[in-house]
This record gives sequence, structure tokens and C-alpha cells, in this order.
Amino acid sequence: MLEIKNLHVEVEGQKILKGIDLQVPKGEVHAIMGPNGSGKSTLSYVVAGKDDYEITEGDILWNGESILEMDPDERVASGVFLAFQYPIEIPGVATMTFMRTAINAVRKARGQDELAIPDMMKLIQGKAKDLAVKPDMLKRGLNVGFSGGEKKRMEILQMALLEPGLCILDETDSGLDIDALRVVSEGVNALRGAERSMLVITHYQRLLDYIVPDKVHVMSDGRIVKTGDKELALELEASGYAEYGEDAA
Amino acid sequence: MAAVKETIEHVKEIDVDKYKYGFSTDIEMVKAPKGLNEDIVRFISEKKGEPEWMLEWRLDAFERWKTMSEPDWAKVSYKKPDFQDLYYYAAPKSTEGPKSLDEVDPELLETYAKLGIPLKEQEVLAGVEGARVAVDAVFDSVSVVTTFKKELAEAGVIFCSISEALKEHPELVKKYLGTVVPKSDNFYATLNSAVFSDGSFVYIPPGVRCPMELSTYFRINEMNTGQFERTLVIADKGSYVSYLEGCTAPMRDENQLHAAVVELVALEDAEIKYSTVQNWYPGNKEGKGGVYNFVTKRGDCRGDNSKISWTQVETGSAVTWKYPSCILRGDNSQGEFYSIAISNGMQQVDSGTKMVHLGKNTSSRIISKGISAGKSSNTYRGLVSAHKKASNARNFTQCDSLLIGDQCSAHTVPYIEAKNSSATFEHEATTSKISDDQMFYAQARGLNEEEAVALIVNGFAREVIQKLPMEFMAETQKLIGISLEGSVG
Ligand SMILES: Nc1ncnc2c1ncn2[C@@H]1O[C@H](COP(=O)(O)OP(=O)(O)O)[C@@H](O)[C@H]1O
Ligand SMILES: [Mg+2]
Repeated sequence: MLEIKNLHVEVEGQKILKGIDLQVPKGEVHAIMGPNGSGKSTLSYVVAGKDDYEITEGDILWNGESILEMDPDERVASGVFLAFQYPIEIPGVATMTFMRTAINAVRKARGQDELAIPDMMKLIQGKAKDLAVKPDMLKRGLNVGFSGGEKKRMEILQMALLEPGLCILDETDSGLDIDALRVVSEGVNALRGAERSMLVITHYQRLLDYIVPDKVHVMSDGRIVKTGDKELALELEASGYAEYGEDAA
Repeated sequence: MAAVKETIEHVKEIDVDKYKYGFSTDIEMVKAPKGLNEDIVRFISEKKGEPEWMLEWRLDAFERWKTMSEPDWAKVSYKKPDFQDLYYYAAPKSTEGPKSLDEVDPELLETYAKLGIPLKEQEVLAGVEGARVAVDAVFDSVSVVTTFKKELAEAGVIFCSISEALKEHPELVKKYLGTVVPKSDNFYATLNSAVFSDGSFVYIPPGVRCPMELSTYFRINEMNTGQFERTLVIADKGSYVSYLEGCTAPMRDENQLHAAVVELVALEDAEIKYSTVQNWYPGNKEGKGGVYNFVTKRGDCRGDNSKISWTQVETGSAVTWKYPSCILRGDNSQGEFYSIAISNGMQQVDSGTKMVHLGKNTSSRIISKGISAGKSSNTYRGLVSAHKKASNARNFTQCDSLLIGDQCSAHTVPYIEAKNSSATFEHEATTSKISDDQMFYAQARGLNEEEAVALIVNGFAREVIQKLPMEFMAETQKLIGISLEGSVG
């Protein structure tokens, strides 16, 4: 279970998150919606442990323990996973190599045996197939020259491979066409389970047709201003974010 | 295949824990007294039972050396060695040449075991299908064990120590020694010519593809023993050879001088691939100790359609001064230089290459990847030149620098001289930093800081790593991570 308590975060003296309270119990999927600039990505980065954010107040608990003092890789080992809104390119590092390194680093940190290369290849290629990732892509430099949709699929593939207990998806739907959206959603839904918490961040209701949330939170100007069930997403779709501070498109 | 894998596994074990080779062996050494004079030169030559002409050659070099001064144009600063405070000859006591590994001093074998040199494995490997590596292990100055001799002999390949070559094949040595790097080429090469202790000799006869990759592990062991290795590789018409050179050194407080000379000769249609992984002791955090590596390496594409390819991974030494070069004399000859130079801590590297285009339709390719971390300084210095008669000379140079942290520096110093208007020289250079975003992304997938740096740097250097022989690839990938430990955070 993820518990965020009265979280205040500043960047370069500017207040971005202004008291977030949020609980995502095991087995539940929560959506966070909100206008651009409301602090959704900031929240996801802070949970994943990115530097440069100053936590001035509050706490983040994962399975009952504060993770604020943990390095990003330690958080991954404890089960936290963030699928990036904008995945980063690492030239010269083959995607397959990156995934192998990541899987074994996490397995080691979790006290599991490292996987030998043949088992590793089988595992990665199998999951890649489920997400319609072509084997060819795995040989290319990580995220280098990938389309927006390809990058997002690669994020979900890594999420599936690292077997997290907490999945945070930051605008995974942006840049996906309808077919890709379906494939990715199926991949995410396959990971839903009684032992997992999920936090799905999105600007659009569309994704939530595929990944049906247990709860929807609306974020605006660094605060959660409204919480409801999945119907809330539909209301937002109809009325827009105007009342939450964003100009109507 | 199993045996091949074993070798690779073994190579992988080398250098896994930072600098774990900080030990020295207690084998009794026979030393010449400290200092350098004509008598020492005579002593070395006599100890080795060299022919008269070799002694004359050495003495001539020594006379010239006395008139020379140490070069200071490289972007490195260090306390100049006191050449009168060094030993110029040290050899393990028994120089009789053991017939098998059983006859080798067990302490020596233990040293090799610590180094991870798979000598024992070599016996197991003998006669097994697949890629094989012959090791001419140089322990300090004298070659102690040479394996795989027989199979090489069957192919007509000569692979032995220079001392042995002087006895068995004096005509070959006399014909080629000093023809690529003249004995008075530069200060260090001249010193080497006067006092070189030993090194490897390779001759590949016409039309022969050397049946295995040849490998020599150098090791500096005796305190205050300057190392003056001399390597000579000759690929006769239409032949091919791949030569691997790798080094580690024990931890010492005093700086150790290493001034090797490597000469390569490729005749018509011949190809030489020369790969180096250099991991000598770089000194401690404050920059104390560490090896001075002042090496002259040069290849001569003497025949038409010949090719010489240098690949180097430079991670060690306190100070490195090294420019493996190609003289493209034959028409249509090709030169290549692929380099990874890593500097961390207080290390100083000034390295690069010279591509000298003399023949018609010659081409060269330079890919240099410099990685600087800590407070180190890393300079690429390269010369590409085309002679008046070198019509259609082509060069491509790609020079990339990666900086880790903000206390290190990288410099690129390319010199270009085209005296023939048909030359096409292309030069590209980039300087970048590992971005915080890349680091966070890798960490957010479970890699710790050091694993993340190692992975990103391996990606940066991939183009060069791929040029390495299999035996070196795995070792290099690990070495890159080890060399950069402590560079972040
Ligand atoms: N590193 C940063 N430096 C300065 N301002 C930042 C930084 N990161 C985010 N912000 C600001 O914080 C606010 C929230 O951004 P973000 O979390 O990306 O919102 P969202 O994901 O909801 O669009 C924005 O006003 C943005 O400009
Ligand atoms: Mg965002």
C-alpha cells in the first residue's frame, strides 16, 4: 500500500506540491487527472526518488515504511516502478542489454539469483511479444530513434519485467494511437492483481476506458481537489478542466 | 566451445575488484647496478648473449640518447624520472628456459594465478577446437614461458621473445628492427633502443593466416625497474595476424617508468590487428605512485593493399603518452585507430594517433572515445597528413569526449596537413556529459550509481568495444566500470 501524507514539495524555492494526501491500497488502481502543470509528474518523480526536489513537509510510505531516505534503485528493489512520461535515450546501450542489466540488478537487490543469459532472453522476448514489441527493437540503442508509442511500449515492457508492487504510469497514453493504446492497456491490465497498487496519471479520460480505475483523483495547482469513482473521469471529459484552472481548449 | 568459454570466463575474472593486483613476488632477481652508462648497455647485451651488431646498435642509440632531452609538448606534468636512479636489468634467477610449466618457479605461477593469466588453462586448451590464445608471458624482463609454440611452428609462425629471435632468427631481426621506429626517433624510443630488456617477436610467413590470436601479458614487478619492452611484428605478403597485449602492475609507492617500443610491418596484402588493454596502476587518490607510460607504437603499411589496425583501451597509468600510428606507404593501404581512453582520479592521458599518408589511394579511420572523471586530464592529440604524392588520401576522424563531474578536463588537438589537393579529410568532434536525466532513468530501473555510469559509458564507447577481440570484450566492459568507481556521488 502506498500512503502519501501531507506532501509538500519545492523546486528552486517554488512550491509545486502543496499538501498531497493519497492512499492506494494493494489491489487497487487509482487514476490522477488534472490540467498540465498541476504537479502530476512532480508527484511521480518524488515517489521514484529523483533529486532536485525538496520535500519540505510530509512523508511517503510504501508498505508501511518511509521511502524518503532511499535511493531510486533501492526503491525499485522494494517494488516501486515509474513508467516515464518522457523516456530518456541512452545511445549505444542496446535495449536488450539495458533490460538484462536492470533485471539482474533488481534480482540481486531482492536476494534472488541472477538469471543466466538464455533464461533472460526467453523472459524478455516472451514479454516483448505480448506487447507487440518487435525483436529488432531490442537490439537498438535504448529509446534512440523510437517513436513516442514505441517508447511507451518499452516502458510497460520494463514494468512487466521488473515485477513491481507499485506501478506509476505517467501519461503512458500520450503519443499512442488507438491500436497501441489497446495493446498497452492490455499489458497493464495483465499486471493488475491483488498484490499490486497502481497509480495511473493521465490527462485524458480515454485511457480509463481501457484501464478502469477504482478511484479517480483530480489534481490542480499541487493539490488533490476532488476524489470520486470512475464516473468522475467521464464528468471531467464532458466539462473539461476549466473549473480546475486550465483554459478550455 | 567449452574451452573458449572457459578462457573468456577467466579473462573476466581479471580486474574484477578495483585494483587487486597490488602485490609483489619474492623471487630473487639478478640485477645490474642502478644507473645508466655504457657498461650497463654492454652488461645487458652480454647477459642476453647478443650478437656484436646488436651491441653496436644499442651503443649507438645510447650515444644519441645522451644528447636528447625529454619532450615536454604533451599536456601532462609529472616529476621527471631520475634515469640514474633506475635499474635497467632485472631477470628471474633461473634464465635457462623451463621445458614445461612444472619447471617454472611455483611463486611465479602463483603470481600468474593472482593475475588471472590462464597458463594452466592453456595446457587444457591445447588441441581443443575453437579460438585459442597463445601467451608469451613476460615476467619482468625475461620471457619465462612460451606456450603453443608447436602449433604455431607448424603454420610457420614465429612467436618468441626478442632475445630468442636474436639467437634463432638474427637475419629477420636485423632486417626489420628499427625500420619503423628509428633508434633515435624520440627520447623514450632511443632510451629503449639502448637498454630494451625483452619483448615479443612475431613473424607470419607469406600467405599464412595466423591460426590463433597471439597474446602477451606484460607485468612490471621489480621495484624501480624501468621497463623497456621491445615488440616487433612482421606480417609477410598476404598474411594476417591478430595480436593482443594486456597489462596489470603491482601497487608501488614510487613511480614506475615504462617506455616500450612496438614496431609493426605489414608487407603487400598483409593485415595486422593489434589490440591493447592497458591497466597499470594509476596511483592513489592523491596521485602518488602509479606507472609512467611513455610508449612509441608505430605500424608501417609497407606493401600495397596492406592494413594495420590499432585498438586500445587505456584505463591505467598515472601518466600516459602514447600515439599508435600508421605510415601508409603502400598504395591502397589502410590504417585504423580505435581508442578508449579513461582517466579518473589524478590521471593524465595524452594519447592519439598519427596517420601519415604516403602512397596513392590510402585511407585511414580514427575513432577516439575519451572519458574523463575525477580531477583527471584527458587529451586527444592526432595528426593526419598527406604527402605530395599521396593522391586520393582519405581520412575520417571521430573524436568524442565524455565528462563525468566538473573537475576533470578533456582536450582535442587535431593537426591536419594536406600537401595533395585531392585529399579528403573529415573531422568530427563532440564533447558531452552524462546527464542527470540519464542517471536517474537508469537508477529508476534498479541500477545503482556506479552500475548506471558503467552502462552509460559502455554505450558511449560501444563502437570501439565492438572492435576488440572476444577475449578482451568482456574484460573491457568490466574494466570500464572498475576504472570509474567513485567518480560519481
Ligand atoms: N525542475 C523544475 N524546475 C522548475 N519548475 C519545475 C520543475 N519541474 C516542474 N516544475 C514546475 O512544476 C509545475 C508542475 O509540473 P509537472 O509536475 O510537470 O506537472 P504536470 O505533470 O501535471 O503537467 C509546473 O509549473 C512546472 O513548470
Ligand atoms: Mg507531466
